[in-house]
Amino acid sequence: MDRSDAHDLQGEVLIAGAAEGPLLVLEEPLSFWGGVDPANGKIIATRHPQCGANVSGTLLVLPRAIGSSSSSSVLLELIAAGHAPAGLVLGQTDAILLLGSIVAEELDHSPVPALLVKDTALVGLRSGQQGALSLDGRLRVHN
Amino acid sequence: MTVTLTAEEQAIAQGRDGPGRAMALRILAESARLLGAEHLVPIASSHIDGCLYHGDSGVAFAEKLVKGGARVTVPTTLNVGALDLLRPQQIRLEPHQREMALRLMRAHEALGCRATWTCAPYQAGHRPAVGEDVAWGESNAVAFVNSVLGARSNRYGDFLDLCCAITGRAPATGLHLPENRRATLRVDTSAIPDRLKELGAFYPVLGAWYGRAVGEAIGVIDGLPQTVSEDALKAFGAAAASSGSVALFHATGLTPEAPTAETALGGQAPSEVLRPAASDLLAARDSLSTVEGAHLDAIAVGSPHFSNSEFKQLLKLLDGRRSRVPFHACTGRHVIAQLEAEDLLQDLEAAGVNIVADTCVVVTPILEGFSGVLMTNSGKFAHYAPGNTGYGVLYGSLSDCVESAVAGRLVRDESLWSA
Repeated sequence: MDRSDAHDLQGEVLIAGAAEGPLLVLEEPLSFWGGVDPANGKIIATRHPQCGANVSGTLLVLPRAIGSSSSSSVLLELIAAGHAPAGLVLGQTDAILLLGSIVAEELDHSPVPALLVKDTALVGLRSGQQGALSLDGRLRVHN
Repeated sequence: MTVTLTAEEQAIAQGRDGPGRAMALRILAESARLLGAEHLVPIASSHIDGCLYHGDSGVAFAEKLVKGGARVTVPTTLNVGALDLLRPQQIRLEPHQREMALRLMRAHEALGCRATWTCAPYQAGHRPAVGEDVAWGESNAVAFVNSVLGARSNRYGDFLDLCCAITGRAPATGLHLPENRRATLRVDTSAIPDRLKELGAFYPVLGAWYGRAVGEAIGVIDGLPQTVSEDALKAFGAAAASSGSVALFHATGLTPEAPTAETALGGQAPSEVLRPAASDLLAARDSLSTVEGAHLDAIAVGSPHFSNSEFKQLLKLLDGRRSRVPFHACTGRHVIAQLEAEDLLQDLEAAGVNIVADTCVVVTPILEGFSGVLMTNSGKFAHYAPGNTGYGVLYGSLSDCVESAVAGRLVRDESLWSA
């Protein structure tokens, strides 16, 4: 099981599901509203160090929650447009953001799986590493 | 974590009151689970932020509730939409977006919400009592209702605010619980000169600094003058809620849960004491501007929405002079009705002030093009304008904005900020 080029983090399942993709580790908190273009997933917050990066299809790692109460809408629109992150890895539960996923399910879209991982365990994750979320709440990261 | 629903709540979730209210209760229960709440609490009122168009799925959600026969069950006000319904021609949305934005606003009216269309509902007569549980959305409104009015709300995002209003309930967690409202940080402002604390422009700057310094922690701010206006606290909260996740702050002697700093701290020692220096505030002020130089293309004030007294201040500063650049003042109908009754609308028009109602310049296209320089006195506009409008920002006081408007280029009085 334990492969030398990968390691596992165990988290708490917030929104159940499996997903894989490259990690995008946010270096600073990001408000989805005003920070991510709902039409294409691009980070548009000019003061954010990762402005210009795209959240679509990534395992988006958010160590901290922040900002506007409209982030859930942006996540819902991203899901409906097919530009949502493949999965979310949160250091703190962000119910506002995850609500976008809950509502998506009521509107017959697939929700974005989300995992809560102790923020100290997130230290060391790097953008670009391949990762996979599993149904039992594990995040497998390939070095 | 599981949520225990009462028999009544289970009946609602199973469709007793129709599919719309059932969907609202299901979403509420799922959110309560994510928030770690064990049950739901009844609420006295709600303020909805979800009426701003972000895309077609939000419209589908609201219309599904309408179709499912849902209605709000507590007094509910509406935050801004993407249209100025009084003067729709000044909004530069494409036809499809315009139609969907209007459908979203109409769906909220059909659900029984009051058509207030303002981010300052607390200045439009919606003022819950101290200690009341409410479910409010929009970050500045949440900070105000908790901090300045002493009612109890978490930061309710789009969809959840409406689900709370329809079910008359909210997850019993976070700031609804008195033990979570205690300040853990103390902010000692004694190193900041008193003359700065007298300036209106100081409060958005202090808010921008505070939000970054505390994140989502609750602080009690000591040493602010007892004459601080409600509009200044409004500007502080809006800036703090955009630079951090501030949903509740205390200010000694000014906010209801902080008659003294010790009360706000719940009799415990603060985990940390922050002592901002004048230089920290100067750095925070400078961080609100994203461009340099004297050129500017437009000016915007009114985030949160301008109050009647802020309009009076604006007219006084203009003193019969006229703006040479587009000057947008965003406000709600509650203020326009007062200005009309006082015969002040024509004075504003004569001064070249364009009134934007029901919406504002950072949530919908009003400014010309997608690049330029916007001057503002709002910490919140300064935070969101670059991403949402493409404009660079120059931050200044209301007086600086007026002098710059009249000159047609940046005029900023630096003397009050210099050491």
